Amino acid sequence: MKKDKAMKYVLRPLKDTPQGFYLLLGGLSVLLALGLGAVWHMEHNGHIVTGMNNQIVWGLPHVFAVFLVVAASGALNVASMASVFGKTEFKPLAPLSGVLAIALLVGGLMVLMLDLGRPDRLIVAMTHFNFKSIFALNIFLYSGFVGFVVAYLWTMMEHRMNRFTPLAGLFAFLWRMALTTGTGSIFGFLVARQAYDSALLAPLFIAISLSYGLAVFIWVLMLASQGSARPLGDGLMARLARLQVIFIAAGFYFVLVYHLTNMYFTKHHDFERFILLDGGIYTAMFWLGQIVLGTLLPLVLLLAPGIGAMRRRIAASAGLVILGGFAQMYVTIIGGQAFGLVLFPGYQVSSSFFDGVTASYHPSLPELLLGLGGVAVVGLIVMLALKVMGFLPERLDDAALDMAPVQATPAAA
Amino acid sequence: MKHDHNTSSPETVAKSSSRRGFMGVAAAGMAGILLAPGVRLIEIAQAAPTAGSASAGASSKVRWGMLIDSDKCASGCTDCVTACNTENGLSGGTLPTDSQWIRKIEIKEIRTGKTQSLPMMCQHCAEPPCVDVCPTGASFKRADGIVLVDKHICIGCRYCVMACPYKARSFVHEPVHNQKTDVPRGMGTVEGCTMCVHKVDKGEMPACVTACSDAGHGAILFGDLNNPESEIAKRVASYPSRQIREDLHLNTGVRYSGI
Repeated sequence: MKKDKAMKYVLRPLKDTPQGFYLLLGGLSVLLALGLGAVWHMEHNGHIVTGMNNQIVWGLPHVFAVFLVVAASGALNVASMASVFGKTEFKPLAPLSGVLAIALLVGGLMVLMLDLGRPDRLIVAMTHFNFKSIFALNIFLYSGFVGFVVAYLWTMMEHRMNRFTPLAGLFAFLWRMALTTGTGSIFGFLVARQAYDSALLAPLFIAISLSYGLAVFIWVLMLASQGSARPLGDGLMARLARLQVIFIAAGFYFVLVYHLTNMYFTKHHDFERFILLDGGIYTAMFWLGQIVLGTLLPLVLLLAPGIGAMRRRIAASAGLVILGGFAQMYVTIIGGQAFGLVLFPGYQVSSSFFDGVTASYHPSLPELLLGLGGVAVVGLIVMLALKVMGFLPERLDDAALDMAPVQATPAAA
Repeated sequence: MKHDHNTSSPETVAKSSSRRGFMGVAAAGMAGILLAPGVRLIEIAQAAPTAGSASAGASSKVRWGMLIDSDKCASGCTDCVTACNTENGLSGGTLPTDSQWIRKIEIKEIRTGKTQSLPMMCQHCAEPPCVDVCPTGASFKRADGIVLVDKHICIGCRYCVMACPYKARSFVHEPVHNQKTDVPRGMGTVEGCTMCVHKVDKGEMPACVTACSDAGHGAILFGDLNNPESEIAKRVASYPSRQIREDLHLNTGVRYSGI
C-alpha cells in the first residue's frame, strides 16, 4: 500500500508471520470445519440433537450470534473516534476497526442463519419481507452496515477518496447506532415476556456493544501487534483502557436502570426474584459472570494502580469483559425464556406443556460447535485481511500515531 | 392459476420456436409442475369459510372464534387434546421438544384455592404478535381471523414462538412421519392450532369442539363472532367472558367464561 501523506501512516500486510500465525489459522479452520459439521448434523436430524426445545427456542447459538453482532457495531468505535469525534490519533487503527466490525457481523450472522430450522430457505428470507418485523428490518440494517463500512474503508484506503472519509465515517456511525437499536429491539418488542418488553433494551444494547466491541478490538490489536512485531505504545493502550472503563460503566448503568425499573413494577417482581435471587444457573451467571467477572473485576483492574503491569491488566480486563458479555447474553436470552410466560397472574398453573415451571435447557455440543464456528470465521477473516491486504499500520508506537504521552490517568498508572 | 404451456407437446413447441425458446418454455412448464403442490396449499388456505362455495376464499365478514366455558371443562379430561392430535397427525408426545397444539391447563387461585381446568391453544388474535414479528410473512392471519403458518416460507427462526403470549406455537424438532394430507407439517418449521381450518372450510367443526361435545361437556362453543345471530356472538354479548392476557389488547378469537 502506498504511502499516504495526508494520513501520515502506512498500512502494511503482515510479512514474515511467525509460526504461531499459521497454527492459529489452522486451529480456527478446524474449529470452523467442526462448526459446519455440527450444522450438517443439526439439519439432518433436526433440532432434536440440540438442547433447545419448545420452551427454550433460542439457545447457545443465539448467545454467540447476538454477542458477535453486538460486538460488531462496537468494534467500529475506534474508527468512529477518529472520523466522527475528531480524535485523529486513532486514524491509523480505523481500518483494523472497520474490518473487525465486518468480520464480527459476518460471524454472528452465519451462526444465526445456520441455526434456522430451514437455512436452505435463505433466499426466502431475502425475497419475502414483513416490514413490521424487526427481524426483516435487521436484514437491511446488517447488509447496510457491511456496505457502509466497506465504503468507509475504501475512502480511508484510497487516497483520492480521503476527503469523503468523515462523511462515510459519520454514516457508518449512525448506521451502527441503528443496527444495535435493531438488535436490542428484537427483544424489546417481545411484549408478552417479562424479561423483554422494554424500550430500555435498545440503549442497553448500544452501551454494551461499545464495551464488548472495544474489548474484542483490544485483544485483536494486541495479538496483531505481537504477531507482526509492531510494538504498541503505552499512550495508545492507556487511551483504550480509559475508553473501556467508560463503556463498562455505561453498560452497567443501563443494566442497573433496567433492573430497578423492573423492581418498581409489581408485575415484574417475580421475574426479578428469578434473575437476582433464585434462578439457579441464571442467578449465578448474572452475579458471578455478568456483574463480578464482567463488570467489577475489569473496572478494578483498569482503575486500581499497582496490580501488576498495565498491559496484562488491560488484556485481562478485555478478556473478562468478553466473558461477562457471554454471561450477560446467556442470562438475557436463555434466562429470559426460562422464566415462564405468565398467563394467569395470581394462579398456580400446571400443564403437559411446562406451564408454570422454569424451563430447563442443557446446551449441547453441536450448538457449542456452531457458536465457536462463528468465532472461527471472525478470526479467519481478520487474520487473512491482515495478512493479505494489510489493515495494520507499519508502526503502532505512540510517536507514529501522534499519541499524546502517557498521562497520569488511573488506567495508565 | 393456469399453466397453459403445460398442454403444449414438446414436438409442437420445437417446430414453432427456436431451441432457446423451447428451453424457456420447458423450464417454465417444469416450474409450473414444481409449483403445483404449493398452489394447492394456497388454495386450501384461501378456501371458503362456508361449505358449498369452495372458490369464494376466506371472508372478512366472518370472524371465527371459540368461547370456552371453564365451568364445563372437566379436570383431567383430555379428549380435546387427543382429538387434535389424531386430526392433525401429531404424536401426542409430551417431551419438551414435542409439538402440542392444544393443552389442558389446571389453574389454582393462590388466594382462594379455587381450581379450574381449561384448554389453551392459539387464541387467533386479531392483532397477532406472531404475525408482527415474522420476518418473511409466513405467520399470517386469514381474512376470517384464523392465524396460520405458511409452511413454504417459514424459515424456522422461531421468533413467533418467542412472541406468542400463549405458548401456542411449537417448532418441529424431528422428521415428521405419517402426515395427514390436509395438514402439512415439516421439520424445521413452526406450527400451531389451525382451528382445524381444513374442516371449517368444509363447514365442519374443529376436532376439539366435536370431541368436547361428544364427551358430554360441551365446554367449547365454535362460531362466527361477527354474526350477531350466532350462538357464540349472543353468548359473548350476554354473559361475561374474558380474553387471556387482555392487557395486551390483542382481541383474541378464543374467549373464556367462568374464570
